[in-house]
This record gives sequence, structure tokens and C-alpha cells, in this order.
Amino acid sequence: MNAPTPPASYRPDELAARDIEAYLRQHESKTLLRFLTCGSVDDGKSTLIGRLLHDTRAIFADQLDALRDDSRRHGTQGEAIDLALLVDGLAAEREQGITIDVAYRFFSTERRKFIVADTPGHEQYTRNMVTGASTAELAVILVDAKRGILTQTRRHSFLAHLLGIRHLVLAVNKMDLVGFDRAAFDAIVADYRAFAASIGMADFTPVPLSGLTGDNVVERSAAMPWHEGPALLEHLETVELDQAREAARPFRMPVQWVNRPDAGFRGFSGLITAGSVEPGDPVRVVPSGRTTRVARIVTMGSDLPRAVAEQSVTLTLADEVDCSRGDVLAAADAPPQAADAFEATLVWLGEEPLLPGRAYLLKLGAQTVSAQVAEIKHAIDVNTLAELPARVLELNGIAAASLTTDRPLVFEPYAESRDLGGFILIDRLSNATVGAGMIRFALRRGTNIHWQAIDVTRAAHAAQKNQEPRLVWFTGLSGAGKSTIANLVEKKLHALGKHSFLLDGDNVRHGLNRDLGFSDADRVENIRRVGEVAKLMTDAGLIVLTAFISPFRAEREMVRAMLPAGEFVEIFVDTPLADAETRDPKGLYRKARAGELPRFTGIDSPYEPPERPEIRIDTTAMGAEEAAELIVERVLGGEWFPVV
Amino acid sequence: MTALTHLQRLEAESIHVMREVVAEAERPVMLYSIGKDSAVMLHLARKAFFPAAPPFPLLHVDTTWKFRAMYELRERAAREGGMELIVHRNPDAEARGINPFDHGALHTDLWKTEGLRQALDLHGFDAAFGGARRDEEKSRAKERVFSFRAAGHRWDPKNQRPELWRVYNARKREGESIRVFPLSNWTELDIWQYIHAEAVPIVPLYLAAPRPTVERDGLLLMVDDERFRLRPGEITKQRSIRFRTLGCYPLTGAVESRATTLPEVIQEMLLTTTSERQGRAIDHDQSASMEKKKREGYF
Repeated sequence: MNAPTPPASYRPDELAARDIEAYLRQHESKTLLRFLTCGSVDDGKSTLIGRLLHDTRAIFADQLDALRDDSRRHGTQGEAIDLALLVDGLAAEREQGITIDVAYRFFSTERRKFIVADTPGHEQYTRNMVTGASTAELAVILVDAKRGILTQTRRHSFLAHLLGIRHLVLAVNKMDLVGFDRAAFDAIVADYRAFAASIGMADFTPVPLSGLTGDNVVERSAAMPWHEGPALLEHLETVELDQAREAARPFRMPVQWVNRPDAGFRGFSGLITAGSVEPGDPVRVVPSGRTTRVARIVTMGSDLPRAVAEQSVTLTLADEVDCSRGDVLAAADAPPQAADAFEATLVWLGEEPLLPGRAYLLKLGAQTVSAQVAEIKHAIDVNTLAELPARVLELNGIAAASLTTDRPLVFEPYAESRDLGGFILIDRLSNATVGAGMIRFALRRGTNIHWQAIDVTRAAHAAQKNQEPRLVWFTGLSGAGKSTIANLVEKKLHALGKHSFLLDGDNVRHGLNRDLGFSDADRVENIRRVGEVAKLMTDAGLIVLTAFISPFRAEREMVRAMLPAGEFVEIFVDTPLADAETRDPKGLYRKARAGELPRFTGIDSPYEPPERPEIRIDTTAMGAEEAAELIVERVLGGEWFPVV
Repeated sequence: MTALTHLQRLEAESIHVMREVVAEAERPVMLYSIGKDSAVMLHLARKAFFPAAPPFPLLHVDTTWKFRAMYELRERAAREGGMELIVHRNPDAEARGINPFDHGALHTDLWKTEGLRQALDLHGFDAAFGGARRDEEKSRAKERVFSFRAAGHRWDPKNQRPELWRVYNARKREGESIRVFPLSNWTELDIWQYIHAEAVPIVPLYLAAPRPTVERDGLLLMVDDERFRLRPGEITKQRSIRFRTLGCYPLTGAVESRATTLPEVIQEMLLTTTSERQGRAIDHDQSASMEKKKREGYF
């Protein structure tokens, strides 16, 4: 009979007791495997992890004592120890409002150390699981033997596969509840095999087991002699590691840090993500394309004759070549590509939805660039795997999308390299990590379009006009007086012989942007286009004035980032909402209050005031004429101290 | 050799984290508590930036109540690392004579929690390395490697960033800071194995020797200097002891031991029946105590 069988006391390691030196030697050659467990509490996931920790002696006696107490109070196993409590303890944290995305547990055997990513939580499941899966090379998908393959089984499997996990274990748990019946197990495996094939998963390893009784967890079970495969731990200990596989690929090392203690030493530090390297090997700096040879592999002990994937090293090169953080050192004959447009699979992690056209920071390896989602091709329903049309992407949403970056990015498809294919998106204002992406391939713009070398430069355009180009960006509520002041400014500039142009709602909304409405996504796109047009005009040497509500900080910052430092002058026309509403020159507030103009800024759509505008015009303290004088003086004088 | 060992993998990951912080932060610092985890962290920092010295100072938030042997190693470690050593003692706690005998929890609050905040503010550090590990306590299992602090060092559990692959988002605004834990994925056994394999210098108190001790409230305390106040009936007794963690000496429990070499310490650890935090008075409250301390800025 297979009753719950945690031994009552802590079992010390026999070799450690007998011969500690031998034990240390053995444990110094252990390898490392990071894996992920997927399943809900109902599947017995916590019990299985607890079982692994317990049976590999990762639990000390004082913890077992505490566990015994807990088991008596909260457990579900009567007088026996409830192993699930070893890893649970999440209810209390949830009450405290603590977000748990992934909990990491550790245990080791004679052959390997294991890091287990345990992803609890149901609401944020996609975000949590994607995070945990991103560093795992194996996933244990738990299925309850009585319930078989469920929607969530498919969801877990899809996400694990999406994140590039090559080793999947189908752990059919609670076999004790079905009498260790082979037919029940075989039926579940057959079901799963059909599903796995449908998502392109090449292979998986099925294991019938019981976390509660320990059957087939650490050792092969006598109760299931029909199972020809390994016990779970046996498989975890012997599965081929990604690290060995990565080491066989062409050499790659993203440069994290240039080490220059003095003029005599210049080293390039980073973690080797693929391949191996030896002194004398020809390497290429990507994206510049310069080639040289590796001179030394420097470490604190002594120089190394060879280094392999997953080692952090410092390399010196035979020639003085330009190479800095973000560049990738690569095998000279098989370098990665650089591109500035991609198709990628995105997973949205932010509370605010993804808006196409909005500029985010994209970080991949040691490279950080500005990026925009050009188009969401389709969203993917994580439960049915159906492709759905989508204009925005909400928290936990997954989509195929095209992205563009402001600079070429050194990359490899995610399927080939997690390090050069996986990226995060960062909100420019909150600095939160709002998205994760996996590059599928470069789009043509990236590989084929090269910038035309222009002989008449922007400096030449500006010099001919005898002025410095500027983008004077007016922002503020509707009715604040942006257009009025901007018009006065332009008249004054014109009178001074300056070359300028005013872009406002009247000349843009009716032509260039007539296809856009007033949804958040359209407002973003409206400002992006205005920014691009204004940028071209500053390239032509003009002083460009724009008068748009431009309610979102992120877009204003995006436009600022498009221009050389100092050219973007943000003017905050600051009017209390009540004043603007009283003025109401176009009768828009009245309509908005009457519900005829939905999504009106200030009424039912937010306005985010600038935090540090170059110039702030307080319309309660200053008239339009006076404001225009001041702006002209400062724009031409180049002084951007905020007016208090 | 292509397959790396677990220690090589852990080392590479920690070094990667440190280099990432140095590349992205403006003014990083390493919190150095002189314990075994700090020793490993410092050793990794030296490896990460060799042949340069680690490009940040060491900060010891002192309570004036550490073991004497710790102060000795502190000076030596900074010198060998070629690093500036900043020692901060909360002047308020110093003026009020706050000590572990009279002030209980206030001692930790003022010297350590408040002292750390003062030191970070005083020097304008925007990223601080700490030696905490995820295996130390159940509540730490979910900790990020990069832990964000809003202005005023406030830790907002709801506002932490997901960490994918090895892409760390170190961006922050003025006034915000990051605590970074490069040893997140190490276990106590890994630390000992690494110290053994790399001959990392540690405080001798980790090895057993006859030392003057007093038994109090279930803890075995060492009488490290004349400031130790004996309670009526207490007597000092020589015992062969060692420590599994080191902190303020009147608050740190020793274990009786004959392990005078590292392998013997590791052997005892493997055969022992208690986890390492048991010797710390600070955890003896409730299990949520760590969580609470962290919100207040303690590590």
C-alpha cells in the first residue's frame, strides 16, 4: 500500500557523513538545470515540489518541525506532514497585497543543482509563467490523472513552447487515485501527443507519478512496473542541458562593459551566450563589421586557454577597434545580423495597454534603443490559440506584431538565441517593464534600406537661413490659447526675418491625419505623424511651431527624442480647466459636457501636464501678446529656464 | 570541457548582474556586512572587474557591536580589493547610546535600517548590492534580483518589475534607487563550496575554536568584549563554538562545534538539522517579520 510517506526525521547524506572530501569533489562537478513547474494547486504542484525538496534533503529539521506544526493546523493530510505547505504560504502574502510572480526554490542531488521556478497565481498567469519560463530550459506540466488534459494544460504547454523551452515533461500526477492504472495514463499521453503536434512541439517525456506517495518522483515506482521511462528526478538529472548545446553554436558575446583601468589595458567584458572562444580566434564587432583577433581571455586567477557559453569573461583584442557596450563580439565568419524592423511575438505585462505608434525603450542584451510597435498583426487567444484581430494589447495579451527601432539592433531569431532574440519593452515615463518580446525575423526595411548619404546637410539648410532649427511645441488644454499664442509667435518671427512654419489641428487633421479619430491609439498616431513631419521641417532648417493638445507625456517625450538635444522646446500653456471651459471659444466643452463629444481632454480623457517644460505660460498671469514676446526672446536666445 | 559546473554558472550569473548595474547606474555601492555572503559577493566583484578594482566603494553600516574579528577582516578586505571603504554609524543612535542590551528591536531599527538609509542618502547612491539569497527564508523565494525603491527608500511590493531572461531593467528616476542581489540563486551550501573552492577569506569565527560563551534565552552568545553585561547567575564558560551567520555579537547565536576546517564545517552543515537563520534573534518574531523589515528598508 502506498500511504503518504515522508520520513519522520531528516536524513543526512551518507557520503557527506563518511568522507566529506569525496563528497565535495563530487559536488564540485555538479551541473545546473533551471526548470519550471506549471499547474494549479489542484494538480498537486506544491505537493510535488515539496516532495522533491524533501526527498533531496533541501529541508532542515527546524523547517520540518515548523511544517509539522503547520500541517496540524492548516494541512490536508491529517496527522501526516503536508508537503504542499513547504512551498505554499502564498495566501498570507496575497492578503498583504504582495504580487508574487515567480517563486524560486532550490535543491540538489549528487549530479545536479536545480533551480525551480514556481509560478502561482491564476489572474496574472500569463505574465507569471512567461517570466518563469524565460530562464527555464525544462517545463514540468502537471496533469491530474483523474481529470486529464484541460484547457489550462494546453495554455501552459503553449506558453512553455512559445518561450522556447525544448524539454517538456508531462507529469501525470495522482496516479495513486486511479490505482496506478496504465490505461488511464496511456489515454492521457495519447491525448496530449495529438495536442503537442498541433502546436509544433517536437517531443515530450511523459511520467506517471504521485507527489503524495512519492511514486516515480525520485525513484522508479514498484507500483508501476509497466512504466519503461525514467522517474521524474532521474530525467531531470540526465536531460541534455541547453548550455552544452549553446556551446556548439558560433561564438557570441554581447559587450556589457569596457574595462579600462589604465591606458595600457582595454578589455571587453560580457557573458558568452553561444559558442566558445580561444586566443587567436578571429572575431567581428557587430554591427560595425570590423574584424580582429582575440588576444587574451583575462580572469583574476590567470588567463584562460578557452571559454565557453554561459561564462562571464573579459577579452582583449589584437587591434584597436571601436567596440562599446551594446556591440556584440561574434565569430568572424558567422556574425549575427543587425536590423531596425522586426516581426516579433509580444507578451504584454503592463497595466496600461500597448498602443501602436507609442515609443517605448527596447532592451535586448546590452542594447537599449527606442522602438515602436508599427502594427499588431493579430492577437493570440492563449486558451484556444485562435488568432484574433486587435488594435491594442491589454495586460496578459499575446500578439504577433511588427516593430521598428530608431537604430539597428544586433539580433538573432529567438528560436536560435534567447539572449539575442528576447527583449523587454520599457515605458519611457514610469520606467516600468511593460512588455516582453521574441523576435521572429527581420523585416525588409531593416536589411535592405540604407540611408542615402545627403550632401546638403541639415546644418547647411539651417546656415542658409541664418538660424538654428527648432521645434516649438505648444501643449495644453483645448481653449488654453495655444493657437493664439503660436500665431502671434509666428508673426513676430516672420517680422524678424526668420523662416518658420506652424502646424496645427486645422492644417493637419483635415489632410495628413484625416483618417484618425480620438481614441488613445489614434491620438498617439496623430502626434507621431506630426512629430515626423516637424522633424523633416527642422531638417530643412525651419523653426517649426506646433499647437496640439498632445495630452500624453509619452508622445511629447517621443518627439523630443526624435530631435537633436536642445532643438525641442516644450511650451506648456497652463490654464485652469475652469478658465478654458469658461472661454470655450469653439463651444467644444459645452458639447463634451452634453455628452456629444466623447473622450474630450480634461472632461473624460486625461491631460498629463509636462513635468519640466522649457517654458511655462501661466495664462492667469500673462496675456497672449506678452507670452509671445517672451517665447520669441527665449527661443531665439536659446534660454530654456522655466518661467515660474 | 564544455559542461560548466553549477558554481561556474552561478558565478557567471552574479558577475553579469554586477556589470549590468555598473553600466547602468550612476553611483553604485556594495553593502558589505563582513559575513560569508558578503565575502563571496566581494570576491565576485573583484573577478567581474579584474584587472581594474571594482568601480564602486564598499559600505559598512556599522552598529559598533560587531565581533572584533569582523572589524579586522573589514579593513583587510577593502585594502586587498583596492576599494574605498565607507563606514557609516548612525550619529543619532551613537548619541543616544543605543545598544542591544537595553533597546531590543530599536537597536536594529536605528543602527541598521535607519543607518542604511542615512548612508545611501548622504552619498547619493542609486544602486546598492546586497548579499541576500532566495533560499534564506520562505518569503524571500519570490524576491527579484533588482528590487526597486521609490523616493525615501520605500519598497512598494506592487510596483516591482518582472525579470525575464537576463535582461534587467535598471532605469529609474531621480530619487529612486535599486537594491541588487547578485547572490539570489545561491544556497548556503553553494556559498560554502565556493569559499572552499576559491579560498575566499572569511572571518575566523565561522570555524570552531574555544571561545568565552554565555547561554541566554536559548541562544549561545559569545562574550566578545567587556561591554557584554552578564545577568545575575550567568557565568562565562569556554566552549568550542562557531557561527553560521554573523551580526551584532550580543544578538548572534553560536553552535557548539568541533569543525575547525572548511570541509568539516560543510560536513556539519550537511549533517545538521537546523537552517542557518535559526541563530538570529531578529527572525524569532513572526514569519512575516522579514517582510516588514524590508518595507522599512532593512535587507
